[in-house]
Amino acid sequence: MLITINGKQYEAEAGQTILQVAKKHGLYIPSLCYHEKVGVAGKCRVCVVEVEGMRGLQTSCSVVVREGMTVSTRTEKALQAQKLVVDLLLSSGTHDCLACAQNGKCELQDAAYYLGIERPTLVFSDMAPNCDETSEFVKVDHNKCISCGRCVAACQRTVTNDVIEFGYRGANTEIVFDDGKKMGDSTCVQCGECVQICPVGALTEKKVQGQARYWETEKVKSVCPYCGVGCTMEIHVDRKQNKIVRVNGDEKSPVNEGMLCVKGRFGYDFVGHPDRLTSPLIRNDDGTFRKASWDEALDLVATKLNDIKAKHGPDKIMGLASAKVTNEENYTFQKFMRTVVGTNNVDHCARL
Amino acid sequence: MTNDIAGVTKSDVALIIGSDTSEAHPVIAARLKRAAKEGMKLIVIDPKRIKMADYATIYACQRPGTDVAVLNGMMHLIIKNGWEDKEFIAERVEGYEALKAEVEKFTPEYVEQISGIPAKTLEEIAELYGKAPTGALYYAMGITQHTTGVDNVKSTANLQMLCGNMGKVGGGVNPLRGQSNVQGACDMGALPVVYTAYQQVTNAEVKDKYEKFWGCSLNANNGLPMTVAIDKAYDGEMKAFYVMGENPMMSDPDLHHAEAAFKKLEFLVVEDIFMTETAKLAHVILPSSTWPEKIGTFTNTERKVQLLEKAVEPPGEAKDDWAIHQLLANKMGQKWAYTSSREIFEEMAKCTPSYAGINYDRLRNGYGLHWPCPTAEHPGTPVLHIGRFTKGKGTMFAIPFKAPAEVPDAEYPIYLTTGRILQHFHTATMTGKSEGLNRLAGPSVMVSVEDAEAMGIGNSAKVRVTTRRGSIVTNAFVTKKIPKGTAYVPFHFAEAPANVLTNNALDPVAKIPEYKVCACKLEKA
Repeated sequence: MLITINGKQYEAEAGQTILQVAKKHGLYIPSLCYHEKVGVAGKCRVCVVEVEGMRGLQTSCSVVVREGMTVSTRTEKALQAQKLVVDLLLSSGTHDCLACAQNGKCELQDAAYYLGIERPTLVFSDMAPNCDETSEFVKVDHNKCISCGRCVAACQRTVTNDVIEFGYRGANTEIVFDDGKKMGDSTCVQCGECVQICPVGALTEKKVQGQARYWETEKVKSVCPYCGVGCTMEIHVDRKQNKIVRVNGDEKSPVNEGMLCVKGRFGYDFVGHPDRLTSPLIRNDDGTFRKASWDEALDLVATKLNDIKAKHGPDKIMGLASAKVTNEENYTFQKFMRTVVGTNNVDHCARL
Repeated sequence: MTNDIAGVTKSDVALIIGSDTSEAHPVIAARLKRAAKEGMKLIVIDPKRIKMADYATIYACQRPGTDVAVLNGMMHLIIKNGWEDKEFIAERVEGYEALKAEVEKFTPEYVEQISGIPAKTLEEIAELYGKAPTGALYYAMGITQHTTGVDNVKSTANLQMLCGNMGKVGGGVNPLRGQSNVQGACDMGALPVVYTAYQQVTNAEVKDKYEKFWGCSLNANNGLPMTVAIDKAYDGEMKAFYVMGENPMMSDPDLHHAEAAFKKLEFLVVEDIFMTETAKLAHVILPSSTWPEKIGTFTNTERKVQLLEKAVEPPGEAKDDWAIHQLLANKMGQKWAYTSSREIFEEMAKCTPSYAGINYDRLRNGYGLHWPCPTAEHPGTPVLHIGRFTKGKGTMFAIPFKAPAEVPDAEYPIYLTTGRILQHFHTATMTGKSEGLNRLAGPSVMVSVEDAEAMGIGNSAKVRVTTRRGSIVTNAFVTKKIPKGTAYVPFHFAEAPANVLTNNALDPVAKIPEYKVCACKLEKA
């Protein structure tokens, strides 16, 4: 079907909401509580628009399109309402961007920028800091939380860990862990789904604080190195430092739908670890190791394998391949054992 | 898995047996928990009351090593009540009569004696599972790491064929594989009896094909599995091991035995990223690259081939494993000339029918492909065995129950079982380098409240765990999640290596060790 947004016609599918159609065609309507994974919440009221024939402002995240629908996202009335909501959200927290890890991917910042809000109209001078840093990997800044509910929905319905909920009521509403514990004392398994889905700086990774900004990193597609589920991930790389600064789950992957576990998301320290082996090593007679060139080390391996093969036959040599290296490398390994050494003694730890 | 991950939420009922899913495969667990919340029935059978039990319609606590009895008992009741899929059995299965005769004696009362699962609970499980239109079965190493591993796996397949749960969305036999590319390593022929795509090395036609393809003569004899090679090394029969990216000195059963075996080798070369427990015994160590330092493919538990792009440069002189193999092959007189992993994949796809239609361009433009994918136009195969089994008719096997190789007795009165915890991976070569993960979880032994009281100890007290093979001291985690008479040790930690304790008794066919059951004693340390 066709609908009209701001005077232009766009293709839409039955069942889509106005916001979904707009997003699909690259039209920006400020929105905060909606996320395609957790669906319609209709809570934040930032995405209001005018729809011909409908009374009052409509939340574009919850109104389903009809053939011939005419929508205006930038009328004075709509913009004023959008601006008021964002202004109030900015006023009711400490949304300082300077040292915030979310700077550059913050949806509240984007909305404020779009609506031209430099400073909130109302300022509470007595807002005490309210951070929970008890969790190993996640920093919670309650003063940056806009109560959009995305983390609650993600924790309850996506990863289904059932830890995050809303607690208290009215102006005191805040996210709580279990029955009001500190995040680090709760049953949270630190999968980080809440961090990935949080539109603002309320839930951020501790590891990225002070690291390369979001826009400075290159995003590289990869697959998790741990269990066999094969979660697709986006590795955020600081090229200048040759360093991983963040790992996100790939939201579009049918395998994991953006989800990761605590290992996949936070357990990449080993890559840049100082204990990595950086040159070939050869054992000395006293059991210690000395550095060697690739040439020397491989000459020694080739000589020893050739000698043993000549003296005892190829079947006295065993090759153990790896469930942690690529298909290509397992292929070359078994090809080496079979065609160069001459044995079918190849196995890996599938049983172990 | 015969089925795909996206289909996990499409079952009427799911049975988890021998998989601590939320610890070892958390993202699949998330889908199962979500489905259970949205109405799917969930049955969990495990010696521990695992987290998944909180989402289960029925949870049953079994004694370790009794899976055949439990599954036979379910099938006994399903047949007795006529809940089996008669049409599926008639059209697609052979061996039904023999199976039926075997499970005849597995009455709920008999199964209760063996497994400890109350007869009434087994009846409820059989009814829920047997009556459901579509049921999926999930397992992991809790099924395979037994001296009856092959029997256990065949029993899961028996149940799924009996209920007509094969070849359809939401069904299937779904082993959850434990490592990022364990499926791929098997597919690539990193096994002693097969080339790529499970082509037998002893088949003359296959050997002939590979001899032409690789341009050399090949060995016609089956090779040795690692577990057997270790024993032969211990006896002085093996002379050299080349170990790539594995740490058998942590992951093998009965580590004292493994260490003695490794020390007898004339030559050990280890290719790895860290100075592992195994590398420390090597004569030569070759530094290799980690996952984000290279381009290549992994094949996951649902047979999906996915591409890894390069994110960072490896440190120092570390090289990709394939590049090391090429340098070494050429030192030994070959003329390998691969310039990229892409070229290797293209060569492999030519001799691997199930991968023939997969290439880097297709992988880059999408989200991976499930094998079998025989042609470049083929969309891949998310669900196996639709309409017919790959081999024609599916075979049911009559499987008698056999007890584990070692069960508790007066001297070693407690069942010991091992496994993984969420925060660490395998021998912790990778996760152990994360301070955060180390702070979240360390070595422990899970002890029942009753056994802790009998020893007079509380949480975090030091406990000595001893088996006929060795002894470790670690912290007690006293919990109601484990029944009296059973203890559980995660195998990740060098400080308290579970595999000093485990039994290296093997399954006669698969040669997999019985990590999941042995007998131990617990003492206050």
